[in-house]
Order: sequence, then structure tokens, then C-alpha cells
Amino acid sequence: MVKGKIVAGCIAPHPPHLVYAENPPQNEPVAEGGWEQLRWGYERLRASLADIEYDAIVVLSPHWQTYIGTHFLGLPHFQGLSVDPIFPNLFRYHYDLNIDVDLAKAIHDEAASAGLPVKMMENPDFRVDYGTITTGHLFNPEWDKPMVVLSSNRSTAYYSVEVMQEIMIELGRVTRRAIEASGKRVVVLASNSLSHRHFTTESEVPEDMSKEHITSHAMHLWDMRIIEYMRTGQAQRILDEMPEFTEQAIAESDGGGLSWLLSTLNVPDYPAVLHGYGTIIGTGNAVVEWPCHAHEEADE
Amino acid sequence: MTEGQVVGSFVVPVHPHTVLAPEQNEGWQRLRDAFDIAAQTIKDLDADLLVIYSTTWPSIIGHQIQSDPNPEWVMVDHDFHDLGSIEYSFNIDQDFAHAWDDANRKRGLQSRCVNYKGFPIDVGSVVALTLLNPDNAIPAVIVSSNMYANRSETTVLAKSCLDVIKAQGRRAVAVTAMSLSNRMFTDFINPEEDKIHSLKDDEWNLKILEFLKQGRLEDVGQLSRTIQRQIRVQKVVAFKPMWWLSAMNGNRNDLSGEVLAYEPIHGAGGAVVSIDPTPSGAGDKEYDEDDVEYFHGERGVLDTIDESDDAEDVTVTEQASSGPGLWEPTQAEGSVNTDAAPKPVGAYPHARRVGNMLFLSGVGPRQPGTNAIPGGPIHDENGEPLDYDIEAQTHAVVNNVKRIVEEAGASMDQVVDVTTFLVDMKRDFKGYNDVWAETLGKIGPTRTTLAIDALPTPIAVEMKVIVHLGE
Repeated sequence: MVKGKIVAGCIAPHPPHLVYAENPPQNEPVAEGGWEQLRWGYERLRASLADIEYDAIVVLSPHWQTYIGTHFLGLPHFQGLSVDPIFPNLFRYHYDLNIDVDLAKAIHDEAASAGLPVKMMENPDFRVDYGTITTGHLFNPEWDKPMVVLSSNRSTAYYSVEVMQEIMIELGRVTRRAIEASGKRVVVLASNSLSHRHFTTESEVPEDMSKEHITSHAMHLWDMRIIEYMRTGQAQRILDEMPEFTEQAIAESDGGGLSWLLSTLNVPDYPAVLHGYGTIIGTGNAVVEWPCHAHEEADE
Repeated sequence: MTEGQVVGSFVVPVHPHTVLAPEQNEGWQRLRDAFDIAAQTIKDLDADLLVIYSTTWPSIIGHQIQSDPNPEWVMVDHDFHDLGSIEYSFNIDQDFAHAWDDANRKRGLQSRCVNYKGFPIDVGSVVALTLLNPDNAIPAVIVSSNMYANRSETTVLAKSCLDVIKAQGRRAVAVTAMSLSNRMFTDFINPEEDKIHSLKDDEWNLKILEFLKQGRLEDVGQLSRTIQRQIRVQKVVAFKPMWWLSAMNGNRNDLSGEVLAYEPIHGAGGAVVSIDPTPSGAGDKEYDEDDVEYFHGERGVLDTIDESDDAEDVTVTEQASSGPGLWEPTQAEGSVNTDAAPKPVGAYPHARRVGNMLFLSGVGPRQPGTNAIPGGPIHDENGEPLDYDIEAQTHAVVNNVKRIVEEAGASMDQVVDVTTFLVDMKRDFKGYNDVWAETLGKIGPTRTTLAIDALPTPIAVEMKVIVHLGE
């Protein structure tokens, strides 16, 4: 069998505001626009991958939060209504997505072999979390690629960022091994913000961009520092500084997605492409792509 | 109409095992039995409202209140999806939800109602309502737990709820859906292996339950931050439901408590506790923390007005710098002055005691320390009129009066006469009158309200207060 391949790795945010602002037919509320810098960032990411063949999207979303190990969506099809419990005024989305259960099971089994607590989620009533839906929509609005969806194990909350990272780096390794063994071409995607301190008030018109800015200068400095590491191929430094970044920027990397992504990509030392950066209710968000396909071809 | 009240309170666990799999573990079954006893107790109390504060419904933008009169869906837990699904169809008191939302905003809170088909009601609320109100006979209301809220915000949330309970004459039962220690096993276990995650967690849980059994709810509330550090995984929602529940019960320590069950659920501490407002006779205990009536906010992140520690919420605006200078309150025989009230704008004390009477100087809404005006100033530095919130200003006046009265060793129920000055009677009388009715109006002093041309600072309302200190 042909060896499977990760064709691209991405970090991309999931606030429901982005889907709300775009007014897709699946979402009930109607907006006047907003957060264009990030939505155009997603557009550039889609354009960048438009000519790349791949079979599945593997996503880790911090809004399927599990406290007991890592879980995988384990049924071939999920359909329903996703209402964001925090911003229901913005996000009531009718979703319809397919799962690559074989690949999900392969990663699950590889993780189990490595001693990680894992479980397949096979309850047909399960509602897919809005983080997965939002990222899924913005990354692939046609929904024409099957997904593998991993939960976010909250080991940061239980132990520390260091322990979380140890677990997520191992999960990244087994994810890569399972993908390579599957013979499939895959995009891996960490659905993640960077700094993550929200405003606690909302404008009367939520998409009023005159109210949008980063919560604090310190958060901006952290976001730019991490993005600069991404742009200059210094993924190892991101992992090294993850505890400080996560704590001081209240970063959504606490969910493990960024650590998992960088591990899955073998801690890349080549530059990532920044497609967009913007704030959403004060949080810092970037759309970034590691174009693995180009670098693997160069290596071969 | 009889004034409403909280006729009972309950602490209940959040995980779905008690609904979906009680038979798999004796402890889970005991929790389920305790839920059934609690449900019967609520019926016997003749309650007409269940108020659920759920730790498994986090919010960011203030607090959210469920207002769909009949939310229906199927709930599957994110972790325990293999236990099965819970179909729900609840009876929500939409009118109460909206009234609470209004009351929240009157007390300075961010708040909104949510009424959307398919809204995912959280596991804690689903478990609580499924088991405590199995036939949906009692209308309910559910409120979220704001992940950034501190004690004052959570306390005021309860007080606004009490405002509505009292105004509507309801017999309410308050419920917190929460774990005690919330550290679960991080690996999968067989049901028969379940136990409290650690001896330390167990000891803290027993201490909490001992306090609750003694009716010392406010003591648990005041230990909340310590408990959070000791036995709680730092999930988004801290051990703040005890702030809410204590405030719902008047921040008392002389309640009557009963622990109906205490068992592990996948390592976390699950308890069903009944709290009766009947005084235990043990005598109330000290009350250490501020009794906050109005939430002024402390984050100000939207407009980055001021990032210092004493920053006020965006609704609070600094007094125009061109206003009159501030004076230290004067000292004379019988003077009563306090740092908890705004500084005078002339040479006079905050109050003066003569015999058994206390006379207050005119009191406005300016805040001690910052001199900020809740609800905003009525005009800018150039005299250009600004929009302002008369209700917020009136609340702030009443709070300032209260601080001065309490500094004199008296209490608000000793206020006997008030003269109020409004700069815009036509615009502001209703808002001022509404706040009066909620506050001083319940005490019953005589009142005179006058329209005047202006006050020395850009405020809309000032009160002149006389207190009878008793014989």
C-alpha cells in the first residue's frame, strides 16, 4: 500500500462569529458582515489547498471537551442543528457531515496501543460541537471531504501544560503513524485561537467592528511572538514556550490542539504561511498553514 | 399578594449516571434515591418555581437565562456518551425568565434571555430537572454560570432573582447543579471501581457537607476560593455556585441542612443536600465580605477605559474634571464621616448626629475613591448633555446613603424621612421611583421629591436623609 501522507497542517479558529458574519444558508441568524480579515484568511487557506489532492480532514476541536481521555467521532454520518450555548444569537447551524470512521478507528487503535486512554463515540444522538462545525464550514464549505474529529482532553486543567503537552505530543505521533499506515492523504487541523481573553460585554450590533480589538497589549505581544515562530520555522520554540504562552495569554492552546498539530507535523522547521490574523471579541486568532506537501516533495 | 420567598434549596450532582445508569453502582443508586426524596420534598413545599444555577452551562457575555417555554431535545454527555441519551422536554417559566433578565440589568449585570429551538441545555440542568421535577409540574428557570464572574457579580445575580421572586410572590426552590470535588479519574473505570478520587478530596467534601448540614451556607461561600484551589480541577466554572446559593438564602449561617447522599461519580464528589431556610437556632455567624447590591463591573475590557485595579465598568464614567473640587469631610461634635462615601464638594460632614437623630448631608451617586458616576454624568465638560441612566444613579445614591448610615451604627430600616432632588423631573421620575420602590420604598420613610435647576456635580439625583437612631 502507498504510504499515507499529511499534505498540510493548519491552525484555524472557530469562533461562531466568522460563520455568522458570512451568512451561509445553513446558519439562521443574519449579519451585516464583520471579521473580514479572518474570513479572507480562510479564503486564502482554501485557495492555497485548492489544487492539492487529499482524502480527509483530521480536526481537533477544543469545544468537544473530554476529561477522560481522547474521544473520536465513530459513526459515518452526523446531521443536526448546532446551537452555540454561549453565542446562540450568532450560531444556529444545520450541519451534515461525514466521518472517515476507518481512519478515526486507526488513530484510536494506534493511540490505545501507545497506552493513551481513548474511546470511539458511537451514540447517534450526539451533537457535534460548534468548534468542529465552524472550522469545518470555513475550511471546507462544501463539506465534501470526510472528517476525523478528535475531542480535546482537558489534561491542562487536571495537571499542567507540561503534562498536557506530553500527552498531546504522543497523540500527535500516533496520529501521524496511523495516517501514514492508512495510505491516505490528509489535512490535519487544530481548531484553535491564540490568546483567549474574551470581552465580557457584547456590542448591540455584534459585528460592529469599531468595538473589536485585542483585549490587551500583552496578548498582542504573545500572539505576534508565536506567529513569528510559525512564520520562521521555529515550531520547537512554540512547544518550548507553550507553558508560558498558555498561562500568560490565557491561550486556547490549553486544549492541546496546537501541541498535537505540531507533533503530528513532526515539529516542522520550515516556515508556515500566515493567511490572516484578527481579533474576535478580544481574542487573538490566526489562520496559518504548514504546506507539508511542498516540503515533503522537496525532501523526496 | 404575599411577598415571595425561597422555601428550600438543594445541591445536586451534574453527571448523567443518576439518570442513565443508577443500577450499575450502589452509590449512584443512593444518589438517585436522594434525588427522589428531594423531588418529593419540593412537592411537599408547595413550590411554584425551580431556579437552577448550573455549573455546566458556562457563559462569557454576562449571564444567560433560558426562556424557551418548552425546550425539547436529546442530550448526550461529552464524556459519558456510552451511557445513553436523555430526551428532555421542560416547562420553563418564560415570564419569570424575562423579569429576572430585566432585574439583572437594573442591578448593573450583563444579562440576556435565550429562546432558540435546539438550544443545547447542559447536562447539569437536564439531570436536575429530569429528576427533581419528573412530571414538569413546577415551572423552572435556568441560569448560566459566567466563567469570569466573581463573587460580587454572582451575589448580585442572586439578589436580582430574589427581587423577582419577592415581587411575583413566588415560592421558589433554588438548586445548584454542581460537583463538590470535581476531579474525575482520567482513565476509564468499571462502575464497581468508583470512589472519590483522593483522600484529600474526600476530606474536603466531608468538611463542606458538615458545614452544609449545620446550615452554614455563607461559610461555605466564603471558603469558595479556597475550596476551588484545593479540590477542584480548574475548569471554566469555579466553585462559585455557593456564592449564588448563599445570596439566595440571605447570606446566612443559621439555616437547617440535611445531607441526603454523598457518593463518587467517576471520582468526583456528588452530593444531594437539602437546605431549609428555617433558622437552626444556632445563631448566625459573622459576615466578612461586602454585601453587594449593585454590580459596577471591574473589567472594562470593551473600551479599555481604565485598567487599574479600581477600574469601573464601562457604564461608569469619570466625573468631568471641570467639576468642583473635593473636600475632606469636616469634623465637629457628632460628625459621622466615612471613606466608603464620596468626598464632599464643600466644608461639611457626611452626617451629623444630634441626640437620637442622624442628619445626612445631600448624598449623590458619585463613587468613593474614583468619583465616578454610575450610569454616566448628565453633561460633558463643555456642558453638552449626555445620555445617562437614572436607575443606576439612584441605586448608587441609595448605596452611598446606606454606607453613611451604617458608619453611624444604624441601619437602613431606621431611615424616617427623605427629600429627593431631581434635575429633570419629567425624564427621570419614573426610573427614580422604580428604584425607590425596590429599595427605600420597602422601608417606608416619608418622602418629598423636588425638581431643581442643577446640582454641583453632573449628577441627576441627590437625597437628603434623616434617620431615627432609636431610644
